[in-house]
Parts: sequence; C-alpha cells; structure tokens
Amino acid sequence: MSPDVVLSVRNLSVVFHTPDGDVVAVNDVSFDLRSGETLGIVGESGSGKSVTASSIMRLNNSNTASTTGSIIVSGVDVLTAEEDEVRRIRGSEVAMIFQDPLSALNPYYTVGKQIAEAYLVHHPKASKSEARLITLEMLKKVGIPNPDKRIDEFPHQFSGGMRQRIVIAIALINNPKILIADEPTTALDVTVQAQILDLMKELQTEFKMAIVLITHDLGVIAEAALDVLVMYGGRIVERSTVEALFSEPTHPYAWGLLGAVNSLGKSDRGALVTIAGSPPSLIALPTGCSFNPRCAYATEICTAEVPSLREVGSQESVSACHLPDDQILLLGRKAASL
Amino acid sequence: MSNDIALQAVDLVKHFSTGSSGVLGRATSIVQAVDGVSFTLPTGKTLGIVGESGCGKSTLARLVTRLIDPSAGSVILDGVDITTLSGKSLREMRRKLQMIFQDPYSSLNPRHSIGQIIGDPMRIQGIVTKSGEKAEVQDLMQRVGLNPEHYNRYPHEFSGGQRQRIGIARALSLRPSVIVADEPVSALDVSIQAQILNLLENLQKDLGLSFVFIAHDLSVVRHIADQVAVMYLGKIVEVGDSATVYNRPAHPYTKALLSAVPVANPSLRNSDKRIRLVGDVPSPIDPPSGCRFRTRCWKATDLCASVEPPLQADSTGRAVACHFPEEAPVAIGQSPQ
Repeated sequence: MSPDVVLSVRNLSVVFHTPDGDVVAVNDVSFDLRSGETLGIVGESGSGKSVTASSIMRLNNSNTASTTGSIIVSGVDVLTAEEDEVRRIRGSEVAMIFQDPLSALNPYYTVGKQIAEAYLVHHPKASKSEARLITLEMLKKVGIPNPDKRIDEFPHQFSGGMRQRIVIAIALINNPKILIADEPTTALDVTVQAQILDLMKELQTEFKMAIVLITHDLGVIAEAALDVLVMYGGRIVERSTVEALFSEPTHPYAWGLLGAVNSLGKSDRGALVTIAGSPPSLIALPTGCSFNPRCAYATEICTAEVPSLREVGSQESVSACHLPDDQILLLGRKAASL
Repeated sequence: MSNDIALQAVDLVKHFSTGSSGVLGRATSIVQAVDGVSFTLPTGKTLGIVGESGCGKSTLARLVTRLIDPSAGSVILDGVDITTLSGKSLREMRRKLQMIFQDPYSSLNPRHSIGQIIGDPMRIQGIVTKSGEKAEVQDLMQRVGLNPEHYNRYPHEFSGGQRQRIGIARALSLRPSVIVADEPVSALDVSIQAQILNLLENLQKDLGLSFVFIAHDLSVVRHIADQVAVMYLGKIVEVGDSATVYNRPAHPYTKALLSAVPVANPSLRNSDKRIRLVGDVPSPIDPPSGCRFRTRCWKATDLCASVEPPLQADSTGRAVACHFPEEAPVAIGQSPQ
C-alpha cells in the first residue's frame, strides 16, 4: 500500500440474505482512495454504491448480510477488526454524512449537544466546556451564522441546508482522514447544493481529508470529483479520471448515462438518448455482463462471461467491457460529444 | 376566450393558516403559499414551472386541478371558471384536467390491478362500456410502453419507471385536454427519466395535449417546456419563452438559479462567473416587504424594500418582476448547459 493511500478496498462483496433469495448488492469491488482526493461513485438505484459506503464504516448488519474481502484504513482491516477498534475508526478516521440531514439528527437534542457528543466520544478526558468551545469553532467553520445563539437550538429550527452543515460539523469535529458523503446534496435545492459543495471543497483543503462522494448526479460528479467509479449491478464497470469520463467514457452504460444527460442539456427538443429497459434485479442478475440486456452492442460473449476490468485508452481508464479497445474509444468519444 | 388557450390562471391566491387558535390562544399565522399567480397555457403547448422547495409550485398544481380551493382568483378551462363548479359540472371538468404525480410508489393503489387502476376512471366517467373496457385499457398500456398482457398484475410487480407509465396511462384514460404533471420524473433514475420524458413528448404530439409541467430540475424543464415560469416565495418572478428565459434570464433569481446548476462538464468546474446566493429562502409566513427576493439579491436597494416590482412584459413577450432586471446575455458556461 503506497503511503498516500488512506483507504484500500479489495474484493469487497456484500450479500444480503432475504426470504426471496440472496441479494448480491456489491460484487468484487476494489479501489484505493488517496489522501486529499475526491473519489466519486456514480450509479443508479440498486447499483451498490451506498452499500459500498456503509461497508467502509462496517454498518451492514452481520446477521442479514455477509461481507467479504478487505477494507484497510490506517493499517486496520475494518471488516475483521474488534468492535472497539471499529468504534475508534468510526468518527476519528472515517466519518459519514447522509442524504437526509433531518433524519440524521436527533430531534430531542440541541445541535450543540450533538456535535459536542461526537467530540466527547473520542476525547473522553475533555471537559464539557472545552467541547462547547470546539463545537462553537466548528459551527463557524461550517458557516452557521450567529453560532453563539444557534448552538442551543434544535434541528427543526434550521433549514435543510443549515442542517446539512450541522451534520458536516458532526462528521468533521474529530478531524477524520476520510469523509464518506452519500448523496449529500440530493435532498437540497440547487442554490443550496452549490453552497454545500463549495463548503465541502473548502473544508477538504483545510482538514486535508479524502472524500468519497456518492451521487447519481453527473453534474455533481463533474463539479467535485477527481476520479470516478461507475457502478452497475453491484460491480465497478468503469474507473477513470473525471476528465476521461466526460471526454472518453469506456463503458456502454456510461455512454448511455452521459448521452441522457448531454441530450437533456441541449436546447433543441429532439428525442432524448435513453438506455432501454430498466436496472436489473439483484436477486436474479443476468448471466455474463449485468448490462448485456440493455446494451446495444452486446454479443454472445457478453451473456456467457463476466468481463474483467482492463485498461483502455491512453487516459488510464479501466473498463469492464468485452468490446475491442478501438471500438470502445470510438464509441466513447462519440457518446461524449453528443 | 379563444380556442387557442387551454388553461388560464388569474390572480390565484392560496393562504393556509397554521398554528392553533385553541385553548392556549396562540395566534394563527398565515402561510402565503401562492400569492397572485396568473398564467396562460396555449393549446398543445407545455408550460414549465420551476422554483425551489417552498416556492408554491405544488400548491399551484393542486389549485389548477382544484384538488384544493383557492383563497382568491380563478382558473379558466374551456371558457369556464372551474373554481365555482360543483356536482356534475365539476366531474366533467375533472375528466378534462388530469394529473401525474411525483411518486410512482404512493400514487398507485397497491390493492388494485393495473387493469382496475386504468379502467376504473373510464368506467366511472362513462367513457367505455364494461365490455369494451379491457380492450381500451390494453390499447392505452401499449401506447405508454407497457406490455398489455400485464393487465392483471399489481403495482408492486413493476419498477419505478414502469409505474410512472401506469400513472401516465391512468391520466390519459379519460382523454383529457390538459395534464398537470407535478415532478413526474424526479423520483426516477437518469436513464429512466429520459424514457419517460420522450414518452410524454410523443403523447403530446399524437394527442394534442397541453401540459403544465412542474419540476425543480432546470434541465428537464428546459428540454420539455415551450414556456417557463420561475417562482419564488409564492409569486412568478419571470415568465417567457423557454429559450429567452434560459439564454437571457432577466430576473436576478433566475440568473442565480441557472448558474447554480452543476454542469456535466469538468472543464467548466472553476468558472468564477458563478453566482452564489447566500442564505435560504425566507419563510412564506412572513415574507420580506417589497420584492420578496431582495434579502438574497445582490442588486437590492431601498426601492426594493418599499415597492413591490410588478410583473411587466418586455418587447419579446417575456415578463419579469424586478426593478433592476439583468440586461446582458449570459455567457456560455453560466447557463446550466
């Protein structure tokens, strides 16, 4: 593991056992996160992006889900570590923020108490007054106006954007190395989304942390991510830099996504580029490449064999597609220039 | 009123009262959800309504379909003010004006089969006979891209996108002239969203429908709408041709809203021309005096606090409610595309 890698995920698979059968939510996912980097994970509902994120915090219920592979944070494998060790890592090494800031906060406690609690858990020797000072400082950093007054208010007294700032304050109070943001701006209006994305960027520089940014919105990816994983049916189907994803995407699913977004962005009223069909059921994934029933370029091999990730093109992109390289590059550039 | 106008709203107002005036004697406060909104929807066209949460766009949808009664103002459909109708004439109005909802999960009865969901309205309104119902329903299912053999299936057997198709078939079942769609694609994945938008546009072409299309996603509205109305705190602040409003926004709020949309192009990432609004939308219980946007506007002066700017049309037919409208066209990269 090279020194600047803060998170290393290898062969992560998560299977949920349900009465209807086993759901393979995440299938053989591997990636590295470097310090200070923002890694975007993009995909549709059910693609496995949120389960990947919750596995990093070991939040999957071990009674209903089997998680295999390894997730290394600061030399510790989160999946096999003792509960005490995982508890130390949660919050101080890895922190997480969620889509819905209202349900992430406890309505019965003041926001100040909730932020201070997160600090005191990891600093048991600190006094309450010390925690309050640090909380006030944090409220200022996340851009809450009148922190002296608002520290004693309850979550319902804050707007959606302000609540997300509170959640960010809780996440960052222990100065984590890694912030996992699962759809952090999806529930917010665009003008507020822009504020929160700006804030995350500022704080990333200040706290020198790495961010895993999970979103379904390619616009947010383009705005904030450095490297991108595209997930489909529980697998990584493409990994590339953000520039490469938008100029030379290397997987047919990414072409479809980009085509849909780009054709929507055009002012003419032509028919939109779509991906036929709907995302697969994770209980009964198609054989071979999961995307084959929706892929315009699928051939026999696509139903027979799962394509493995390989490097395609000159931009260090990695793609899981059976098509020959030159065809991928040609079709990818075409999709990007739509 | 000419036949070219499908639907017209005139000075619609909806105030909700909140809080209790009960034993504790707390004063009730009034939420000014929609405050004097007028628009005209030409036949066969789409009017897009955009705005952030709390701007009153969903209340407006419920007012024009008369799911709720306005505090003041009127809604005119086929020359008749529908806000005063009752009984038989109200039911006839409901046939002509149908709605598509945001959440394809909660808007379909889980205990009814698809055949019932689409067929019941037709039978109740006397559009088909009992014997012709199934054929008619299957015809509609085909039209919206569902397999007619799934006639007896239940909503839980369908994906989100397919459910939205069921909702669309149900809205079409009464052969309406106007459809009000409240965030019809915002619960769907990007690839499915494009399928549904294409379907709506094809249906509009084939059936000559008129749409009121409400959405918070500016790209979606730009794609589908002929005209766009931008709402802020219960009022329309700008309305005009889709191309005009998007390419040359005149109201500072429209401009800020457009520039806040993340662009799917990483090379435009650090464009410093972005306008960042500070703060949040004020409460509709106690909106600012004068122009409601002034508390977040970088151009606001004393005039904005004292005099409310009227919605005034310019030479291109676009109307804007601002004392100091923007003039310069927006540079590429600042608009959402």
